[in-house]
Amino acid sequence: MIERRPIADAVGHATLLLAMLIVAFPIYLAIIAASHTIQDLSSFPMPLLPGAELFKNTAQALFEGPQIAGVARATPALLLMLNSLIMAVSIAVGKIIISLLSAFAIVYFRFPLKNFFFWMIFITLMLPVEVRIIPTYKIVADLGLLDTYTGLVLPLIASATATFLFRQFFMTVPDELVEAARIDGAGPMRFFWDVLVPLTRTSIAAMFVIQFIYGWNQYLWPLLIASDNRYQTIVLAIGRLVRSTDAFYEWPVIMGMAVLALLPPVLVVVLMQRWFIKGLVETEK
Amino acid sequence: MAKVTLKGVQKSYGPVKAIHGVDMEIQDGEFIVIVGPSGCGKSTLLRMVAGLEAITGGEIVIGDRVVNDIEPADRDIAMVFQNYALYPHMSVYENMSYGLRIRGMDKAGIEQRVQRAAEILQLQKLLQRKPRELSGGQRQRVAMGRAIVREPKVFLFDEPLSNLDAKLRVQMRLEIKRLHQQLGVTSIYVTHDQVEAMTLADRLVVMNLGRADQIGTPQDVYNQPATTYVGGFIGSPAMNFVKCKVEPGSGGPKATLADGTVLVLPADWNVPASTYTLGIRPEQFRLARPGETPHLVLSVDVAEELGADTLLHGKVGDEEMVVRVPSQSGYHDNSKPGLVLDVARSHLFDTESGLRVAV
Repeated sequence: MIERRPIADAVGHATLLLAMLIVAFPIYLAIIAASHTIQDLSSFPMPLLPGAELFKNTAQALFEGPQIAGVARATPALLLMLNSLIMAVSIAVGKIIISLLSAFAIVYFRFPLKNFFFWMIFITLMLPVEVRIIPTYKIVADLGLLDTYTGLVLPLIASATATFLFRQFFMTVPDELVEAARIDGAGPMRFFWDVLVPLTRTSIAAMFVIQFIYGWNQYLWPLLIASDNRYQTIVLAIGRLVRSTDAFYEWPVIMGMAVLALLPPVLVVVLMQRWFIKGLVETEK
Repeated sequence: MAKVTLKGVQKSYGPVKAIHGVDMEIQDGEFIVIVGPSGCGKSTLLRMVAGLEAITGGEIVIGDRVVNDIEPADRDIAMVFQNYALYPHMSVYENMSYGLRIRGMDKAGIEQRVQRAAEILQLQKLLQRKPRELSGGQRQRVAMGRAIVREPKVFLFDEPLSNLDAKLRVQMRLEIKRLHQQLGVTSIYVTHDQVEAMTLADRLVVMNLGRADQIGTPQDVYNQPATTYVGGFIGSPAMNFVKCKVEPGSGGPKATLADGTVLVLPADWNVPASTYTLGIRPEQFRLARPGETPHLVLSVDVAEELGADTLLHGKVGDEEMVVRVPSQSGYHDNSKPGLVLDVARSHLFDTESGLRVAV
């Protein structure tokens, strides 16, 4: 469409702006709430302009955790975030390694039932964690992995999405490259590390962003596995705080924690944005 | 450097036979060009020598080793691909040295070989560049550099110039020729371009439907084509083929064309009376001089002026013919020049089998 239609443009922009406001408002509210004292926040109407306590509240959330009357001293956000970070990074890195290797096997090797295995992997794309949660829990429990990082990470580490994406990418790599490597004397793993992985790095970056956020936002699985506070993730902890009945909510600190929980995924996206977009749109060959 | 011997080499894909048994002996330092149209099996044959394609039957010997079951890396060959197949994320230097690094050569040795190859190919200034920052011709040179540094016994080229534009192709063709003279390494070169084939080859292999129709020097192949296929494939424009009936006659066998034109073949051609296909190259005609009796008369449909000479496309009787005459000879569309034929240099083929008839 080359023709310019100012009215359509204006409507389009207005719609986008409105949608942006709808998305951004709760986040704004969380930041505002984190910047007031609990007294200010309890007044009606709730203040919509920033207060002066943001730093203090977030610091308290980070190092002490929200104090809840009648509940044992809460876990500081620092530990929770560390747990989340361990989980998210392990899931992202693990998924990438496993998916790269399985895509490599599917594209470059001939073995019996290859297509069957590929379609089995592909079908699991349609099954979210929730569907297989009871058998998975049973297995993890039987292996004695409850309340461990391994238990948090391992069941989430296989990824059909990433396998599929890497498979598609590998299939666009020209056969001559494989043959040139064979003539150069590179064995399969040598070719994988020296040629395939460097070529896939933008896709790997994109996958890392997606999977990091997926791992960071996991709720249901840590809820089942991490009954010990030491293994709680930040998303889980916020959920628990909000749900605890009969408690005195220290809202500004909880909101401070929510803001903290937002930061790492935002950072990952912002820092890797360029790679992320490159990985999704461009195939460098 | 080494001899390469193919003994009854065959390739089948399931029930489909792609190569029907090729026998060939390539001398040390020889430049062999395998030429043929798409799908004739020329690339498959090369890839079998490289070890990228399994051998269904027969033997391939490089040096004095049967290499049928030897990995490509251990065959002492190097290959240049049509699309260059450079590693996109490695610099020119890394691309060229990769194979040596894998073989565990020491750094100084690698440096020395890469520098030498870069010098031969004038790549010194490009060593730190990435392939995407190079032009097609430069990429092609890097691909050759990667082959040279390995100091292989045999170079294999798989249509290396097909992705270049016409001018660059001529230039690179000369460079390849020069390189071969300089290094003297046995080379096998696959192409569908007959000009490349004629100019580069010490000996030419013309492939047709999985068979080597003829193996010989470019002159042999051009002057003594073994089959109608070879005659039609090598030479541009293609050789003219006309059916004729040959009978003994005074002064030489008489060949009667379909339209009744009679050509007297050289007296020493000793062929039994029968129906044959006569092959005449466009340049074996000349315009009849004034007063001279033409052998045949061409009704020209289209005259193509090429600058150096003119191609007359037309018909003799019902047979299509192309004739090459000097430029500016005054013939144009719809003219009817009389032509004289250099009968002694025409070719007689068996109509059934397409094989050359010895005369």
